[in-house]
Amino acid sequence: MDLATVIFYVFVLITLGSAAVVVVSRNIVRAAFALLFTLFGVAAMYAFLMADFLAVTQLLVYVGGILVLLIFGVMLTNRQISVDIKTGTVQTWLAALIVAALGGTLAGIVWSTQWNILSQPPAETAGAPKIGEMFLGSYLLPFEIASAVLLVALIGAALIARRERTS
Amino acid sequence: MQELLKSFLGDNALVYIIMGVPPLIFILLYALVTLYMEMKVSAHIQDRVAYMRTGWHGVLQPFADILKLIQKEDIIPAQADKLLFTLAPYLVFTGTYAGFAAIPFSEGYIGSNINLGVFYIVAASSIVVAGLLMSGWASNNKWSLLGAMRSAAQIVSYEIPSALAILVAVMITGSLNLNDVSKFQEGGLFNWVVFGGPLPLLQKLAIIPFTATAFFILLTAGIAEANRTPFDLPEAESELVQGFNTEYSGMKFAIFYVAEYANMFLVSAVAVCLFLGGWQSPFGSALSGPIWGVFWIVIKGMAFVFFQIWLRWTLPRLRVDQLMYVSWKVMTPMLFVCVFAVGLILVL
Repeated sequence: MDLATVIFYVFVLITLGSAAVVVVSRNIVRAAFALLFTLFGVAAMYAFLMADFLAVTQLLVYVGGILVLLIFGVMLTNRQISVDIKTGTVQTWLAALIVAALGGTLAGIVWSTQWNILSQPPAETAGAPKIGEMFLGSYLLPFEIASAVLLVALIGAALIARRERTS
Repeated sequence: MQELLKSFLGDNALVYIIMGVPPLIFILLYALVTLYMEMKVSAHIQDRVAYMRTGWHGVLQPFADILKLIQKEDIIPAQADKLLFTLAPYLVFTGTYAGFAAIPFSEGYIGSNINLGVFYIVAASSIVVAGLLMSGWASNNKWSLLGAMRSAAQIVSYEIPSALAILVAVMITGSLNLNDVSKFQEGGLFNWVVFGGPLPLLQKLAIIPFTATAFFILLTAGIAEANRTPFDLPEAESELVQGFNTEYSGMKFAIFYVAEYANMFLVSAVAVCLFLGGWQSPFGSALSGPIWGVFWIVIKGMAFVFFQIWLRWTLPRLRVDQLMYVSWKVMTPMLFVCVFAVGLILVL
């Protein structure tokens, strides 16, 4: 086994281990911080798949944006109102059944799919320039619609946050 | 350098690990120099002389400081979350160190020659934010928590002007890879992006006001991202004791300290690569080459590290509302104008 494979399995271990902590941990802040390593590990998986733009975007959007917001929310609600939010266990059997069904379905898909495995890694990744050309070329309309939706969400969020001050 | 290592060791992951070592050595040596520089510069600004007894003009003082930090007891508060408390300084340092992978120290050396370069640096700094929040929460101290939240809010806000300023340079150079960006600015001082890059004269004259604005905003936003005065609200001594690292001592504190210094050089190096030619010599082909490249980028980077120290001991701290005002209502609109104008000039 060469070093790259070892590193790959280290990242797999980090991803799965921290994902398990997110689910199992009773301390919600620890769960939120464990999610950091899960998202980071997924970014590493993208990097191993030669999708470097996706990997970096995953880091920027999920770790830098969504996770920081999540931690902010959890931190502010957890200590400041002096009520410890604990995650409990409810409906164990039903949950186990659904998890088993979902896991079985996913494993079935993984086994039955004919994966198109390249004998050699591609010489160069598609990368940012091609993605940019696609966005501003053949996929311009979906791109613009997505940005309009995001703008509406942004203005809406600002409006909701400011409502108390104006009244 | 990567090709050379590959010819010795073959194409395997070991090459990439070895490629990661020089920035680490550089950070440690640079932290020693900057530690000394910070004390001396601050002293001379305030009409003092600082260390004089440890060696010639106190040059051995940084070593004494490090010995002291190694010896210190490593205190973890009883009510702290021990695991996260221990993990946080490493996470902060990792985020900063990761950014150095995309900095070309010379024509022949760049840690990772990926096309995304500067975009990757922006993304890697988000790990720092998570690490700061972790340290603040795990300390179980109100000052730490407030400091960490201020720090995170500040870094997230200032990422927007710095990303837009980076965009201005990237629009001109047409690449995100800082090595390609540096190559693009070949031919001396007046071909640097801050002077419009190697464009025709008329375009150049039109573009200079916008590139210069973007450069200064990138530098200012960089100081804010490194939590340095006048943007050092996260560790405002007069209100928050020491901010997010109040509870840290010994080597863990030292790691935070080195990470802050490394971040100062990182933001300077990004600004230098994008706007001031990176490893290019200011005299065109004179004094250029792979070895001189290291000299030029380090000297340019250190000039801006000096600039940051100078500002720290000269300017008073901003208020929280002023901080947000500067980022959202001054820098961001100015940069939108810059991006628009630069795009227009490049198309015409």
